[in-house]
Amino acid sequence: MAQVTMRVWRGDASGGDFESYTLEQNEGEVVLDVIHRIQATDAPDLACRWNCKAGKCGSCSAEVNGKPRLMCMTRMDTLPPGPVTVTPMKAFPIIRDLVTDVSFNYVQAAKVPALLPPTMPEGGYRMFQKDVERGQEFRKCIECFMCQDVCHVIRDHEENKQHYAGPRFFIRYAELEMHPLDQNDRRDLIREDMGLGYCNITKCCTEVCPEHIKITDNAIIPLKERVVDAHYDPVAWLGRKIRRKPKRSAADAAVQPAP
Amino acid sequence: MTDATTEHHEYDVLIIGAGGAGLRAAIEASQRGLNVGIVTKSLLGKAHTVMAEGGMAAAMGNVYPEDNWMVHFRDTMRGGKYLNNYRMAELHAKEAPDRVWELEQWGALFDRTGDGKILQRDFGGHRYARLAHVGDRTGLELIRTLQQKVVSMGTDVFMECKVLQLVHDAEGRVAGCVGYWRATGEFVTFRAKAVILATGGAGKSWKFTSNSWESTGDGLAMALWAGAKLIDMECVQFHPTGMVWPLSVRGLLVTEGVRGDGGVLRNSLGERFMFNYVAPMFRAETADSEEEADKWYDDHSAGRRPPELLPRDEVARAINTEVKAGRGSPHGGVFLDIATRRSAEFIRRRLPSMYHQFMELAGVDITREAMEIGPTCHYFMGGVQVDADSQATVVPGLFAAGEVGGGMHGANRLGGNSLSDLVVFGRRAGIGAAEYLEAGDVATSFDQGEVDAAIKEALAPFERGGGENPYDVQHDLQEMMQENVGIIRNASELAVAIHALDEFTERVKNVSVKGGRAYNPGWNLATDLPSMITVSKCVANGALRRKESRGGHTREDYPNADPELGQLNFAQSSQGGHWDDPVSVHETSILIMPADLKALLEEDK
Repeated sequence: MAQVTMRVWRGDASGGDFESYTLEQNEGEVVLDVIHRIQATDAPDLACRWNCKAGKCGSCSAEVNGKPRLMCMTRMDTLPPGPVTVTPMKAFPIIRDLVTDVSFNYVQAAKVPALLPPTMPEGGYRMFQKDVERGQEFRKCIECFMCQDVCHVIRDHEENKQHYAGPRFFIRYAELEMHPLDQNDRRDLIREDMGLGYCNITKCCTEVCPEHIKITDNAIIPLKERVVDAHYDPVAWLGRKIRRKPKRSAADAAVQPAP
Repeated sequence: MTDATTEHHEYDVLIIGAGGAGLRAAIEASQRGLNVGIVTKSLLGKAHTVMAEGGMAAAMGNVYPEDNWMVHFRDTMRGGKYLNNYRMAELHAKEAPDRVWELEQWGALFDRTGDGKILQRDFGGHRYARLAHVGDRTGLELIRTLQQKVVSMGTDVFMECKVLQLVHDAEGRVAGCVGYWRATGEFVTFRAKAVILATGGAGKSWKFTSNSWESTGDGLAMALWAGAKLIDMECVQFHPTGMVWPLSVRGLLVTEGVRGDGGVLRNSLGERFMFNYVAPMFRAETADSEEEADKWYDDHSAGRRPPELLPRDEVARAINTEVKAGRGSPHGGVFLDIATRRSAEFIRRRLPSMYHQFMELAGVDITREAMEIGPTCHYFMGGVQVDADSQATVVPGLFAAGEVGGGMHGANRLGGNSLSDLVVFGRRAGIGAAEYLEAGDVATSFDQGEVDAAIKEALAPFERGGGENPYDVQHDLQEMMQENVGIIRNASELAVAIHALDEFTERVKNVSVKGGRAYNPGWNLATDLPSMITVSKCVANGALRRKESRGGHTREDYPNADPELGQLNFAQSSQGGHWDDPVSVHETSILIMPADLKALLEEDK
């Protein structure tokens, strides 16, 4: 049976280095299988996240040979021969080994003003498949945060995290903006506080998305158009002045009685 | 062991587990003005709920207007082989539609019918197309919707925190829990007036399982140790369709939606063998020819149901029999074929995750080839015994909802009834906890002795050198449970398992771990092993006592259902409260159904 050498980054916030493990490679294995075998034998304290092992939960994101990948969906036999390098996601602070502190994303999630639907009619809302499909594409997101990891606005500029939501949350905002039921207006928030303007459409996020969501084309660009139209179009500006709903906060929007 | 520096939090209601049930409970308790904290072993949004695929069952009648809660109730009871807590099945069938519509108010986007309503799909054991769904990623939609709702409400969520044990007050009420942060290994205590367990099942104790590392039965075990009772623990569901190849993904779930959308099972001879396995209780409503079955998909009045859509226990046993008879696929499963029955475009639209999963992991294009599948450990019907209306356990202040709770599904759960169970009973647990607080008789102290003992035990693996690697113990446990407490059981193998579990108990007391406490998976596993052993023992005990075959529990030495045993639940309780204390098994009568509900079941007998 063929052997494979895994170069795995081991360490914590204070520093670390690569450690090599050589083991047999079994047919059909993914990177996460090999990491698990290292854990079960040589290094039970090797830290990595995982849950579903089926590409549905987005827990096991790491950089395989320098590229963000879900370890559970990366077949070993698709990688070039030679040692396989596994490192933690670069854009987030290290906790230990392959585990990073992704709390930035949860902070951003808490800033999203919730859906604000009209009162539900008897028998439920009526929405049509073509109208929900736009949002459904974005709701496929498994929150692996690899789009955040690869986005150079924050990958190389830690300071931008203060005023930049990142691609994962641009698709969330796009989903809400295009939601057939939503009555909330988040356009100023997206422009002023979420830093949509920083994105210069290099599509790195789209390339890395394991759910193949067209983040740039279907979310970010339409969102930029909406936000810009709302801000600079004099007719829209006037309309906004006259009859715009006051913006609701996330907390206000959340208080929706159950049916 | 602990001192003033141990981190401590206080809440009205503490929820352990952040899957569908935990999050729905949190929303309910928060909306009732309570201060709520949620503790989860993983990151928020990664709980097992995310893996659910096919849909959530609710008799909304959007596709078949003749559907209603009474039919759903009847299907659930029949699927559970009448061992169910009828009151839970009744509440579930009545309330599920409101819980689905409520998700839409919080942002969920289900697939639609032509007239804009929520589309519903067919699943095994459900008379009508009843499952609200989003392609084959319904669990993701459910957990994301609830997660976003919880976050928008500002509820405190403590991520990557492993709870070791519940803590009582001086009068035996539940007063909170003790755990540790996985990131740092530092301990933390939570004091709460009520605790809701929403920790899911324990499928990780089997070798071939659809469950993730988290499903180690923590809540089941903690409830038992704290004085609650576990019922129906022998009723473990083996889902008929798990992947069998490659070996590294063996057990991974293949949604029942494949069969609901027209997929059929074939053996190595190409036969649709399910026609040979229709049990008498299902014959009247199951097609007896392929022609009749195939008409049913488009119009349920044109023919009877295809046998591929019998309840999961029936299908899993049939597959097992085919493989044992030598008619299996090359890798020890059977074939699940949708490629020859539906267009590639239809398959990719209805089953995108399955398409992706087989393409990426197995190199199989399911629009062109059949899948190889076989049974995989999937779900615990058994669990903590609760009051149906409030989800309260016998321990004051302790509630349980979702998979960790027992009774709703009887001896076998129907597909789609799990996601709806989570939200129906998650909500009810939130109400139950709120009413318990309102009544005022809540914990008045917090037993520091229990905290200290739990911490001491958790740290022991660092202190003993030269012990066993916890991964070796887990691996051997999974092999042993697969071998002896699998889909088909008998007295001699169960006796072997019970003896082996005593040996595993001793091995767990001798594991040692290396490295530090910060994010150390070896240590984390060492602290999961006691609950895995406890729950495995309960499954083996219950399986030995139930000398009949019923639902997910099949005894080759007692192949038939026994009407007397069908009137009994086996309830288990811990004799001392420590994880290695013996467990006793008591017979308790099932809830007696009122005549009006009974009539619903008898109509079609």
